[in-house]
Amino acid sequence: MSKKESWGSRVGLILAMAGNAVGLGNFLRFPAQAVANGGGTFIIPYLVSFLLMGIPLLWVEWSMGRFGGRFGDHSTPFILDNLGKKKIWKYIGVFGIFTNLGVISYYTYIESWTLTYMIESVTGAFSGMDQAAVAGHFDSYVDINASGINFPKLAIGAFLVTLAFNIWILSKGISGGIEKIAKVAMPMLIIFGAFLAIKAFTIGDTGACATCDSMLGFNYLWEPQFSSLLDPTVWLAAAGQIFFTVSVGMGTIHCYASYLKKNDDIALNAMSAGWMNEFVEVVLGASVVIPISVGYLGLDWVQENAGFMMAFKTMPFLFDKWGPVFSELAGFFWFGLLFFAGVTSSLAMGTPFMGFMQDEFKWTRKKSAVVLGFIVLVMATPTIIFFQQGVFDEYDYWTGTVSLVIFAFLEVILFAYVFGIDKGWDEVNRGADIKVPTFFKYVTKWVTPVFTGTILLFSFYPFLSSQDANSTILYKLMNADIKDELKLIEDYKELPNSTEATVYDINEFMEYLNSKRGIDSTLFGFDGNAKRTGDHASALPAMVKSEELVYAPNGFLLWKPIPSDKEDSIATMKARMAAIKEVNKRLNELDENIPDTLLNETIILPQINNYLDNIYAGGSVINPKQDTLAEPLIDEGLVDVVNLFQGRNFTSLKQLSDYNPELEIYSKQLKKKKVFVNGSRLLLLVIFILIALMVRIAYLRREKLKTA
Amino acid sequence: MTTSALILMVSTQSLVAIITFYFFFKVLTVKPKEIEEPDEND
Repeated sequence: MSKKESWGSRVGLILAMAGNAVGLGNFLRFPAQAVANGGGTFIIPYLVSFLLMGIPLLWVEWSMGRFGGRFGDHSTPFILDNLGKKKIWKYIGVFGIFTNLGVISYYTYIESWTLTYMIESVTGAFSGMDQAAVAGHFDSYVDINASGINFPKLAIGAFLVTLAFNIWILSKGISGGIEKIAKVAMPMLIIFGAFLAIKAFTIGDTGACATCDSMLGFNYLWEPQFSSLLDPTVWLAAAGQIFFTVSVGMGTIHCYASYLKKNDDIALNAMSAGWMNEFVEVVLGASVVIPISVGYLGLDWVQENAGFMMAFKTMPFLFDKWGPVFSELAGFFWFGLLFFAGVTSSLAMGTPFMGFMQDEFKWTRKKSAVVLGFIVLVMATPTIIFFQQGVFDEYDYWTGTVSLVIFAFLEVILFAYVFGIDKGWDEVNRGADIKVPTFFKYVTKWVTPVFTGTILLFSFYPFLSSQDANSTILYKLMNADIKDELKLIEDYKELPNSTEATVYDINEFMEYLNSKRGIDSTLFGFDGNAKRTGDHASALPAMVKSEELVYAPNGFLLWKPIPSDKEDSIATMKARMAAIKEVNKRLNELDENIPDTLLNETIILPQINNYLDNIYAGGSVINPKQDTLAEPLIDEGLVDVVNLFQGRNFTSLKQLSDYNPELEIYSKQLKKKKVFVNGSRLLLLVIFILIALMVRIAYLRREKLKTA
Repeated sequence: MTTSALILMVSTQSLVAIITFYFFFKVLTVKPKEIEEPDEND
């Protein structure tokens, strides 16, 4: 945007600012956070955080932006430089460009999904699909190998169209492009959202399952659990949600506000835009995904699966329940509102870079827009091609999470303590169309920095035991999650070979035993689903339980059903490994101490009784020391072996050892992921440094002009 | 839906909606300022 640009109307500015804040998170992140953090009670820390952190930060950023615009600065490096005279501030301002370039790179990709899905909805692409097919449709859409060539054709095509659309709008400028889109997109978004929210209220009990009632979904979101107010992680989650929803810490608000005149109101404008975002989040966002999903899939399913991907993997399936016409309309509205939410945000993200290049290097608007497009294309390509390898997540974490928090904390320190809260407060009140309560002056100085500082602190290290350690900066830098999984696999791989050999030996021996006694071992067969054939199915209480194996009192090992997504479950692997270790230990004990350790009458007797009960039509109570049939088993110390490793169980263990090659593949994938993750971080660091260098060059040019 | 959930939902959403409309209405109805001396954005 050239320095002669300005907003065409106040309403346009507010809709653009609200559009900057309103995004996919309003509809997807807020409800998921609410249900995970106390339901209805979440709204209390949420609104408190909005009052004590969200609103002050909005006023801080709006006033910093307008202040910087007075000097012809439309991006954070030199906006901050104006407020704090030390050189460091312009480099801290680099965050306000870096964050936007990083986020826009993957955000436009998500935006392109919504565009594709909007079109696919009206063309009936999801008609008749079950939930698994809808989820699979998305997976193949982003899958690099799905098209048979080494990139997802449709996904990339849609991304290029979306990017081109963004660049075209940005090239039209503030009032000619961004404002016009905001005036259409925001009302459409609200209308579409209202339609879906009203529909959610009317769904009610669909009868699809016991808990399939949209009102249960509303209840799930809004039922207050007051005990959660005492949980610091809930407050942390609420503060984090406010942070992301209001879109502070990015540099976009500064940029938009820099096109205001020095006496234009910012106090009322900031309130209007900020509360509009809250309306979309709390009123509309909370009323769509969760209630509709619960209405058709049930509360239990939603509790386990609620998250971002529901937008694409679940909602089309749900809309299909509404008949051919209504489902297409609903899909169009849903993905349409997400597209509008996305595009108004991505346009805002493009402006800081453009403002910087136009201010400092006198680029034209068109040139800066086109170059931005190429930069986004280059940065986005890894997130598209290597989506499954964690690049997308890395961009989101470092630029969309960490960067924001660091910048917001530093800017509030700058505003309140370096620039000075008195001067800052005068700036907020200049031209104000509302009376700004003085209370907020002291909140901005004393409370907001503590709030943002606390979020920053807890994002570094998991001080709270209830935090997810792997989502903190320190653990991320160490790749702790990948290392944990690799260690698990390495530990596990040591086991199956020894188990396999011993299992083979015992299997052989059992065949011999059974043939010697003329017993058909399948009489005591256990199928892979841990059901015992014969009459004793209900008579085997478990003495020792692992998650994968159940030990009956007589030593029988029963396999529990193996979940289909076992490969992804560390908990499953841990339990499986523990079970295998235990089995291996038992096998080793058998090899060494068969007669001594295992001939325990309290165990053996019931075993033998059960064992022989099915074979002999006569009496069921047998004294092993007296019964001639049992004697050979005891003499050879094989009773426990027989009882432990009935043929079918044995087969299961062999099957488990076959797990090894699958783990080998998974191990290689994890190592590859580590390379991509580290590579992404290096790329982002290089970009940060490059922007800092450009700021340095711009500064030197300014100095040269001053002396000239 | 339980009573407490209904009360919380209705009161919160009403509060947010009222505040939002109040500020937006104020934006629409506030008198524009007089034209002032130009700055860099002119």
